[in-house]
Amino acid sequence: MKTYVVQRLVIALLTLLGMSMVIFTLLRLAPGDIVDILFSTAGFVSPSEKQAIMKELGIDRPYWVQYLDWLRQIVTGDLGKSYRYDQPAWQIIRPLVPVTLELAALSTLFAVLIGVPTGVVSAVRQDTTLDYVLRVFSLAGLSMPAFWLGMVIILGLVTWFAWIPPLTYVGPTEDFKLHAVQFLLPALAVGYRSSALIMRITRSSLLEVMREDYIRTAWAKGQTGRIVIWRHALKNALLPVVTVIGIEFAFLIGGLVVTETVFNLPGVARFLVQAILWRDYPIVQNLVMFIAIVVILSNLLVDMLYGVLDPRVRYGG
Amino acid sequence: MAVRPAEIAVPAGARPRAGTWSVLARFARKKPLGAAGGALILAMLLTAVFAELLQTHDPIATDAAYTLGAPTAEHWLGTDHLGRDIYSRIVHGARVSLIVGVASTLMGSVLGGIIGLLSGYLGGKTDLVTQRVLDILQGLPLLVLALVMSAALGPALHNVIIAISIPIIPRAARVIRSSVLSIREMQYVEAARALGVRHLRIAFRHILPNTMGPFIVLCTAQLGSAILVEATLSFLGLGVPEPYPSWGRMLSVSAAEYAQKAPHLVLFPGVAISLAVFGSNLLGDALRDTLDPRLRGAG
Repeated sequence: MKTYVVQRLVIALLTLLGMSMVIFTLLRLAPGDIVDILFSTAGFVSPSEKQAIMKELGIDRPYWVQYLDWLRQIVTGDLGKSYRYDQPAWQIIRPLVPVTLELAALSTLFAVLIGVPTGVVSAVRQDTTLDYVLRVFSLAGLSMPAFWLGMVIILGLVTWFAWIPPLTYVGPTEDFKLHAVQFLLPALAVGYRSSALIMRITRSSLLEVMREDYIRTAWAKGQTGRIVIWRHALKNALLPVVTVIGIEFAFLIGGLVVTETVFNLPGVARFLVQAILWRDYPIVQNLVMFIAIVVILSNLLVDMLYGVLDPRVRYGG
Repeated sequence: MAVRPAEIAVPAGARPRAGTWSVLARFARKKPLGAAGGALILAMLLTAVFAELLQTHDPIATDAAYTLGAPTAEHWLGTDHLGRDIYSRIVHGARVSLIVGVASTLMGSVLGGIIGLLSGYLGGKTDLVTQRVLDILQGLPLLVLALVMSAALGPALHNVIIAISIPIIPRAARVIRSSVLSIREMQYVEAARALGVRHLRIAFRHILPNTMGPFIVLCTAQLGSAILVEATLSFLGLGVPEPYPSWGRMLSVSAAEYAQKAPHLVLFPGVAISLAVFGSNLLGDALRDTLDPRLRGAG
């Protein structure tokens, strides 16, 4: 177990190192240099001024020096400075983190609450009309753009309930009820989308487990259907589901990016989009790296969890 | 599992020729949802090809006298904030969505497929290194990678296609590699090797054709996700630039602002995106069940 963990950690670190190279290179594909883009709105910038700015930003140095410098920053936890705000990046990002975490947690909760029961029902009633309806319902969630779903929800509220969700962020201590409402709707939109994957895995994994001998034994003992399915079968069928929840984290972030934008929630994901639109490259670079770290860590965590949940999986060595 | 070689070596396409129609009819009977998905994709394809014939107005012509108009007999789906006809814009948007969707899916899948083929066939160190590199690419959320890429490359149709195709590469490579791994061990490959056929020829002439099933499944499923990513990029202002009417951009800022006054502005383009993606997902699922024997019976 211990060697396995160490091995996985080393691989994760190497993957992150590779990712940092990809991110660094991608952001330098931009036509023209960052200074040009930054000041394209300001009109003419004199060459000497430009030199000074480049020196200040440290982008007059060779790429490999810049890259190593960035790595050093990441390791020391210094996220650099935002061009636009002229402030340390971390100071801007820190208040946004809880918003995104709350939304992500709620969305995952909704995804599980919708995905697992529909998956179970769909598997138990395989090939019936109900199965078809549930599969179409779940696939529809996967097919609707997350941002559009959000817009339609808002539109529906406005049209039918004449209620406009608060346009500015309401903290949990200011007005808890309003805060909850503000988060529940976007979380539902993101969660419905993510539930599709969970539903499909639950369904196919339960179908597989239901064919196993021990399930036949349970039936033969005269157990009721509910106990066989929910107690005996689901316990094992949920293992792949746990993996999917972990892998889905990357998928979830995609949903958060647009949903935070549509619902005007001041989270990390919305900020990433804004930073990209403003070409605030240091922020983009660091945020994408941050996302990469979170994704890798969540995958690692799921792998570890798997061994705890399933005694059959024993890590070699 | 004991499988007779004769069964393995016959690819799906080489069955005794039944008429195309009867094959399609059987598919529709066995997989009604998949057939519905196919019909949706076909409808989108026809709309894209015949957009000029189907339009009722010039999709980029503005009409200051009739802005945010509700649907009428003149403007079937209403007009937007510049008085442009929404129906005609949706019809032309199908073309943009399909071009970006198909081009990026093909580019990503073919590149990824070749990488997967070589990586799986050659095995050993090549495979190990390739897999780690793909891990890196796949670790980043698809949308985030596409966002950063399209921002870095600048707004242009071909850049959007590149930005969407790159994240598809590792996914395609994974799928093709895993099917190559099993095909590689088959007897007819061994026979080819014994005959002294060169490696590249074995890989491309003897193994590649048998990965077509998973490849088609992959492309169909990725098409939906590519259309979705294009819509999202355009919605955020990083996608296909003006003057192309893109479904995603029809929903961007302007639509959100006028949504209350003119809900049709928000509804129709979103329905178009959802139907296209839904069709591709339905068809992809049905094809996977039909063409990928490993998944047969698993539900």
